[in-house]
Amino acid sequence: MSPAPGPRIAVLAGGLSHERDVSLRSGRRVAEALRGVGMEVSVHDVDADLVPALTELRPDLVWPLLHGASGENGSVRDILELLGLAYLGTDPRASRIAWNKPAAKTVVQRAGLGTPRFVTLPQSLFRDLGAGRVLEAITTHLGLPLVVKPAEGGSALGVSLVTRAEDLPRAMVECFSYGDTAMIELAVLGVELAVSVVDEGEGLVALPAVEIVTDGPYDYDARYNPGRTEYFTPARLEPGVAARVADAAIRAHRALGLSHISRTDLIVDTVGAIHFLEVNVAPGMTETSLLPQAAEAAGYHLGDLYRRLVLSAVASSSDRR
Amino acid sequence: MRASEIRALFAVASRPEVVSLAGGMPYLDGLPLDVIGEMAQHVIATRGTTALQYGSGQGDETLREQILEVMRLEGIEAHPDDVVVTTGSQQALDLVTRLFINPGDVVVAEAPSYVGALGVFRAYQADVVHVPLDQDGLVPEALEQTLTALSREGRRAKLLYTVPNFHNPAGVSLSAARRPQILDIARRHGLLVLEDNPYGLLGFEGDPVPALRSLDEDGVIYLGSFSKTFAPGYRVGWAVAPHAIREKLVLASESAILCPSNASQLAISAYLATCDWRGQIKAFRELYRERRDAMVGALAEHLPRATWTVPDGGFYTWVRLPEGLDAKAMLPRAVTARVAYVPGTAFYADGQGADHMRLSFCFPTPERIREGVRRLAGVISSESELVDLFGVVPGDGGTTIESPSPDLA
Repeated sequence: MSPAPGPRIAVLAGGLSHERDVSLRSGRRVAEALRGVGMEVSVHDVDADLVPALTELRPDLVWPLLHGASGENGSVRDILELLGLAYLGTDPRASRIAWNKPAAKTVVQRAGLGTPRFVTLPQSLFRDLGAGRVLEAITTHLGLPLVVKPAEGGSALGVSLVTRAEDLPRAMVECFSYGDTAMIELAVLGVELAVSVVDEGEGLVALPAVEIVTDGPYDYDARYNPGRTEYFTPARLEPGVAARVADAAIRAHRALGLSHISRTDLIVDTVGAIHFLEVNVAPGMTETSLLPQAAEAAGYHLGDLYRRLVLSAVASSSDRR
Repeated sequence: MRASEIRALFAVASRPEVVSLAGGMPYLDGLPLDVIGEMAQHVIATRGTTALQYGSGQGDETLREQILEVMRLEGIEAHPDDVVVTTGSQQALDLVTRLFINPGDVVVAEAPSYVGALGVFRAYQADVVHVPLDQDGLVPEALEQTLTALSREGRRAKLLYTVPNFHNPAGVSLSAARRPQILDIARRHGLLVLEDNPYGLLGFEGDPVPALRSLDEDGVIYLGSFSKTFAPGYRVGWAVAPHAIREKLVLASESAILCPSNASQLAISAYLATCDWRGQIKAFRELYRERRDAMVGALAEHLPRATWTVPDGGFYTWVRLPEGLDAKAMLPRAVTARVAYVPGTAFYADGQGADHMRLSFCFPTPERIREGVRRLAGVISSESELVDLFGVVPGDGGTTIESPSPDLA
């Protein structure tokens, strides 16, 4: 007797965002891991063939492993809902808020989490008020060092750490090349951490925090090139701090209404205070990505973890119907 | 922005939604693929035990004879024994560098220079010194000055790396008048010339200019390739070198790869023997000329504030951006607008070139080229607005060579 057929999974990877390459790698890794535990997986790019393919295939679950723009801002998930397909991860509305860094910071702040002071400024404002005046107001009232990042976007693309006021204009140009709105945030010095949260159907679980130590900024290059960055998993934290960090990630996940999987980036400053930086609804799953590292450090077999996430998502979607 | 970030941005360049003016891929739809398919089948069916077997480290002898015929079009007279077949001319570039360059040795190259060569030189820790070129190619006076300055500093250059015809990325050619001058300067300074000539037969007007190798047998290593005139997928290129060097090239190649692919060599040999390869090259020339015209026409229409070279052959034009723009910083915006190019910094070992970009016209159709340039115009206009707003001057591009993947090089 052959075993009952398991759910058929469609992984979405690629797309036309700046993070296409990372997404393709994430998609391949997850698809391989799921096939390794006997699941039936197809991988699809996000292009004109996607809707017909999904319509014909009618998979039991779609796992969007898309990074950047339409993959994380909710729009692809909107299409999945429109097609009546179950998917793994956060719904479109909550994705849209999580994807927008200032919006996400505001939500978690209301939920009682700390986050560095920031301003959100569109390019047009610099034109209307005069770039020099606005930049001066920023350094005067927010101070230095600053982190300049596109309000929307991932993988640290367009992100600069600015320690001198004269470097701010260049950072703004690099940021606005990626998007029309910039978030300028006071840089907090401390231990950089990434905490992944997963829901295997029995409540939210925070995986061990990953501590990130780079020579220089934790930029795109440092993220995806083995060797540029040293990771400590679990992070070298006092047990009390580690517990508070885990709790902060779960609170952020909950406050933002995320589902199944997320990764929260935080900093613990020199006095032990926790600062929320941003959250990812489609965390990277490449060989150097943080969620897989954390899961392996916690003793998970990746294929098994992904399978349980899939089964839990399939179950919760049939509950919803 | 670092190397890997650029590579990531290029990941979308191969998608059909994006007009890629970045790639250096020949337009293979122009080949009679049915005929070539039958030919490949015939080679395996009739000569399979040779085609699928190991072969000579120096390359198939018949093919080496045929290569002489190809080179004769550019005035080169050589013996089949002088030819070493390699896995693309890129491998020959690697072998020559391996033989001649120790860490810290100086290689003189044009400014700008082929990104794939810079990558090889960097891998062997060469110190690349750039010499300017103009409309007529490498500038002899500048070469002389650079070499004199180097020897005054007690540093001797070992190699002069040059792409004399339809330069990648600059799109210019070394004039016939300058060729003997360059060779003379190299000879006086004890410099070996590495002549890289993948595009020489793809000129849009007139006959090919005699190769440097045709003027100097002893001081030039010549690199040729079937990648641009026929098909890069076979990975067949060659080197022509003076006897003593050639022996060492063969040994180095054997230790690297044992021998070049027999299947590829026999397929190309059959193509040269049975197809009208000269006619094919002529057809490619017509095709690329039409695309060049589309490119320069669109540039004139949409980018009046930029300047560019108008190539008489090959695949590329070299565009200088309006004042203050940085091609590397602008790339994310271009990718968002669904158009791709290679930032000029890729073609320098020392961080210059941020004010330039390379646009290729070999692969996209004329309509796509026009559409790509139109998109680029929007990108440049938005980026200009941004730079005007913040008043930044272009920065140093850093010294990392961000080499795009092969289909872009």
